[in-house]
Amino acid sequence: MNAQENAEKISAPSEELIIEIVDLHKWFGEFHVLRGIDLNVHKGERIVVCGPSGSGKSTLIRCINRLEEHQRGKIVVDGIELTNNIKKIEKVRAEVGMVFQHFNLFPHLTILDNLTLGPVWVRKIPRKEAEETAMLYLEKVHIAEQARKYPGQLSGGQQQRVAIARSLCMKPKLMLFDEPTSALDPEMIKEVLDVMIELAQEGMTMIVVTHEMGFAKSVAHRVLFMDFGSIVEGNSPDEFFNNPQHERTQLFLSQILH
Amino acid sequence: MSRPMENVAAGTAKGELKPPLTKVGVFGWIRENLFKGWFNSTLTILTLYCLWEVGPPLVNWLFLDAVWTAGSEACRAADGACWSVVVENIRFILFGFFPYGSQWRPLAAMLLLFGLLYYSQDREHWKKSLLYAWVVGLFLMGLLMRGGLFGLESVESTKWGGLPLTLLLSVFGLTAAYPLGVLLALGRQSRMTGVRWLCIVYIEAVRGVPLISLLFMSAIIFPLMLPEGVTFNKILRAQAAIILFTAAYIAEVVRGGLQAMSKGQYEAAESMGLNYYLTMRLIILPQALKIVIPPTVSILISAFKDTSLVVIIALFDVLKTTKSVISDPEWMGFSREAYIFVAIIYFLGCFSMSNYSRRLERELKTD
Repeated sequence: MNAQENAEKISAPSEELIIEIVDLHKWFGEFHVLRGIDLNVHKGERIVVCGPSGSGKSTLIRCINRLEEHQRGKIVVDGIELTNNIKKIEKVRAEVGMVFQHFNLFPHLTILDNLTLGPVWVRKIPRKEAEETAMLYLEKVHIAEQARKYPGQLSGGQQQRVAIARSLCMKPKLMLFDEPTSALDPEMIKEVLDVMIELAQEGMTMIVVTHEMGFAKSVAHRVLFMDFGSIVEGNSPDEFFNNPQHERTQLFLSQILH
Repeated sequence: MSRPMENVAAGTAKGELKPPLTKVGVFGWIRENLFKGWFNSTLTILTLYCLWEVGPPLVNWLFLDAVWTAGSEACRAADGACWSVVVENIRFILFGFFPYGSQWRPLAAMLLLFGLLYYSQDREHWKKSLLYAWVVGLFLMGLLMRGGLFGLESVESTKWGGLPLTLLLSVFGLTAAYPLGVLLALGRQSRMTGVRWLCIVYIEAVRGVPLISLLFMSAIIFPLMLPEGVTFNKILRAQAAIILFTAAYIAEVVRGGLQAMSKGQYEAAESMGLNYYLTMRLIILPQALKIVIPPTVSILISAFKDTSLVVIIALFDVLKTTKSVISDPEWMGFSREAYIFVAIIYFLGCFSMSNYSRRLERELKTD
């Protein structure tokens, strides 16, 4: 079965749009980092974004939860347009989970407290209930026995799994992954990818910036290649890997698939 | 290259070899720390010689030949330290001009304060009930000092002095300066230009002048600006000056802590939908304040000792009362003993703060 069928077998995306990006431009000072991005993401869709460093892929996903501000264009997430309105931004952020390259767990709190913080303070869920949910998700990422420890006592792979569980506790509609395995030792990459694949199997909408092409092949609906701030090519994994259209895509693939 | 297999087997087969006698235990310590090499050994011998020369005479002067309770004539006749200057004048040194018969009141107030402080040490006790305990305690302390109710003689604040005054100025000063300093530090980082500039100007202006000049201004210049007849309690003015001064220094130290925070922490908090207030309160400040405990405690210790500057506005803190005792003709010439005593008081205060901060750091360690 080819990759596309595989991805479809896991779960097909629905028709409903969850992200609408129209003519997105962003500058860092004089540097034009995002040059006219147009992207529609459907609910349940899984997109992998790849490209050379400096291409703007991290910046793109960080614009989606307003960790970066865009200067031109429109971004609509879950029906809410991202502008300077703080209240709207916070609403969007509660529905968009983010997993960072360097985990960014809160070192002064236990694992359990890391997970219950969002639900208790943002969703106003009672502590007992939040803790039950947290334990559920810790079991899901196979790390329940570490609940009372501190992040500093865990390995990188364990920390990243906790980070994923922390985002999941907020029950987000969409998850963004910014190079989730790039800071991990090779032995730990698999355990994190496995968790992400399980997540995919449950139908979570995911946008993943990564170099793990195996992951792209097995679960992505679409693979996007970005270079110099624009989306050069975007296709189903089959088409993308076997039939790259643009020269730059072909060059990139030859460099990373060795 | 790995060790030959025979040696490995020999070590484990023959049993544990004991280290040589002169390398471990007491001998080992002495050899390692006191006599390692020529320079080290020479220093050790020199130090031992100095201790030999200075030690016995010092012990003689401090304890063996000292006069403890006799009057000033006996002191002048003796060779040793005159601790009577402290013992005879202890009530003035500790309580200043507070009415003699009511001096149990400031004593009780101080004991109450020490009790509350001791109880607050333990982080397990940091609950709402502690807050109530402090409110009640502060009210009681105020009542004991001020009087006027329940048959207690009314004592104006102008008569408050000595150790209670030092403690009052320090405890309130430091407790108010810390949150103010944190707010200033946050304001300094603010993206709102007006707030940021206000904080910068405040911090730089206050850091640019000595505390003594702020006390001077608060006592002399500030009343001139008030309308006719409006007076401000002198202790209150000194208190305000100490708070405003210390807050500026704490602000800069806290700002350093905030800058040490990685952006990732802010981003993780924000990406969950936490607003500014919650991000600061739950994530950033707990970490940043923990990092800067050492310099913060240094500032607080300095502020505690700086309360002695209120002498400039004619308030009788514990250092001033001590000075007054030795300007008395009867006790003139025994300044050494009096200052040693007040130094011990300051040392006890500063050392407990320092000790507590070390303990706090240990308890808050999570890695």
